[in-house]
Amino acid sequence: MRITETEVRYVAGLANLKLSDAEVRKFQADLDGILEHVARLNEIDTSGIEPMAQVLYDAEETATLRLDQAASPLGNAAALSNAPQPGGGYFKVPKVIER
Amino acid sequence: MDVSSLTIDAVRNGLLARQFTARELAGEALRFAEAENPRTNAYLRLAPERALAAAQHIDDQIARGEALGSLAGVPVAVKDVILTKGVITTCGSKLLERYVPPYDATAVIRLEQAGAIIIGKTNCDEFAMGSSNENSAFGPVRNPVAPERVPGGSSGGSAAVVAQGTAVVALGSDTGGSIRQPASFCGVVGVTPTYGRVSRYGLTAFASSLDHIGPLARTVRDTATVLGVIAGRDPADSTSAGAPVPDYTSTLDGAVKGLKLGLPREYLKDLTSETGTLIARAVDTMKQLGCEVREISLPNTDAAIACYYIIATAEASSNLARYDGVRYTFRSGSTDTLQDMYQNTRGEGFGAECKRRIMLGTYVLSAGYYDAYYLKAQKVRALIAQDFARAFQQVDAIVAPVSPYPAFRLGEKVDDPLAMYLSDIYTITGDLAGIPCMSVPCGNTAEGLPVGMQILTRHFDETTMFRLADAFEKARSA
Repeated sequence: MRITETEVRYVAGLANLKLSDAEVRKFQADLDGILEHVARLNEIDTSGIEPMAQVLYDAEETATLRLDQAASPLGNAAALSNAPQPGGGYFKVPKVIER
Repeated sequence: MDVSSLTIDAVRNGLLARQFTARELAGEALRFAEAENPRTNAYLRLAPERALAAAQHIDDQIARGEALGSLAGVPVAVKDVILTKGVITTCGSKLLERYVPPYDATAVIRLEQAGAIIIGKTNCDEFAMGSSNENSAFGPVRNPVAPERVPGGSSGGSAAVVAQGTAVVALGSDTGGSIRQPASFCGVVGVTPTYGRVSRYGLTAFASSLDHIGPLARTVRDTATVLGVIAGRDPADSTSAGAPVPDYTSTLDGAVKGLKLGLPREYLKDLTSETGTLIARAVDTMKQLGCEVREISLPNTDAAIACYYIIATAEASSNLARYDGVRYTFRSGSTDTLQDMYQNTRGEGFGAECKRRIMLGTYVLSAGYYDAYYLKAQKVRALIAQDFARAFQQVDAIVAPVSPYPAFRLGEKVDDPLAMYLSDIYTITGDLAGIPCMSVPCGNTAEGLPVGMQILTRHFDETTMFRLADAFEKARSA
């Protein structure tokens, strides 16, 4: 077995994802099968290979820079327009610190 | 007026000859879409107000004798992971059921600037995660060619609306095959351009090093026209490329004689089905057109699925962290503490496939596993990209199947996530390398199910890809 139910619960905590007991059992089995498949990568010799984090193509070093000019922002009202609980120009969340 | 047979050129000619107005065409497309939708569930939402206002603007331009944009009056559908200002964009997720984007995606702005009429938003797998469109929170899409079968995914709705003919063109997104595979399953043309060719500003992020926007249409020429409109540098997306955008349609001249095509043996060795026969026949057609065909090797192909499902899920687990109940409409009713709010919102909001990928992605990035999984996968990705670079020293384009099999039945693979992932084997490699690739219809199985042929070319060489696909399409219809 490559992953246990305990590890599944730990990872769900890292991901801030509430899972039911049935989901924990299902994902333990699913992830175990997938991790078994991806273990084949260990058979490939990658010594001396640079990891590829992005697709690279020929471009000037400054290709991703733009002129330092201010543009109009989205605006407070538009940014808050989909908030489940807006208030006073902010996103409101449950109390974080007790007095 | 028969919307289902229109092309971009036919729309333009019809408007200029006063056979119909843009408003009449938009109205007809909307009526047709509404009538068809109960059969396929391909649209999540129509946008009649936006469509009719844009169409009126085209009619005003015509009345004033002004020059028309290259997509004037063309009914276009947009996958529901691409933002449309004021038109609800759900990403196929319960989490975003009521999300009204405050801005438009750059691709959408460019389409409308060229005169396109956005008639609606298409169904898709939740956050574009899936190969069958069965992961949508709003129900699966049925393949218009074979209603008991899937349309493919994740851009299943976009492929279906083009196939049924309710839109002339659709936008999709592709991370591991999500444009080409549904195009193949529904019998339409689907294009994944070079990574960075089209701005992703306003595309809901799934896996940022792999995500693309691209067009689907019924002809190669129409996909080339649309790509010409949406491609090019966008200051709002720092990963968009500055390379000049050629006039793709002007190169559809049939000049394919002498082009060298590679057939990857790793893609054909297990292909014994009717798909294999149809691809072989398509290759014969390319030979008759004067292409030189040779076998090539892409030796790391077998590692592609493993590599992809580590990188894509790792990036997804990070990108989907933003859906935490603070900014994007949905918040769980159970929020005693901040932590409760996060965990319950995400637990209640995400569907099973998104949860599975968030879990896998979080696991491979977690302490102690990063080097063994994520870093290793990035190195294998470099090897897969090198395979293509080496192949393109010998050939101008690679020809391959899109999917190992045609459209499968609804429910056939839902219980086996690994089997579903493995169905993406031939499309994932192009995304990992970031090269342009497309699906062009190459025939039907005995049962009448469409099969697509894939054409892949060098970075930014969409021109050769379109030229080959166009010549093939014309030879097939001749």
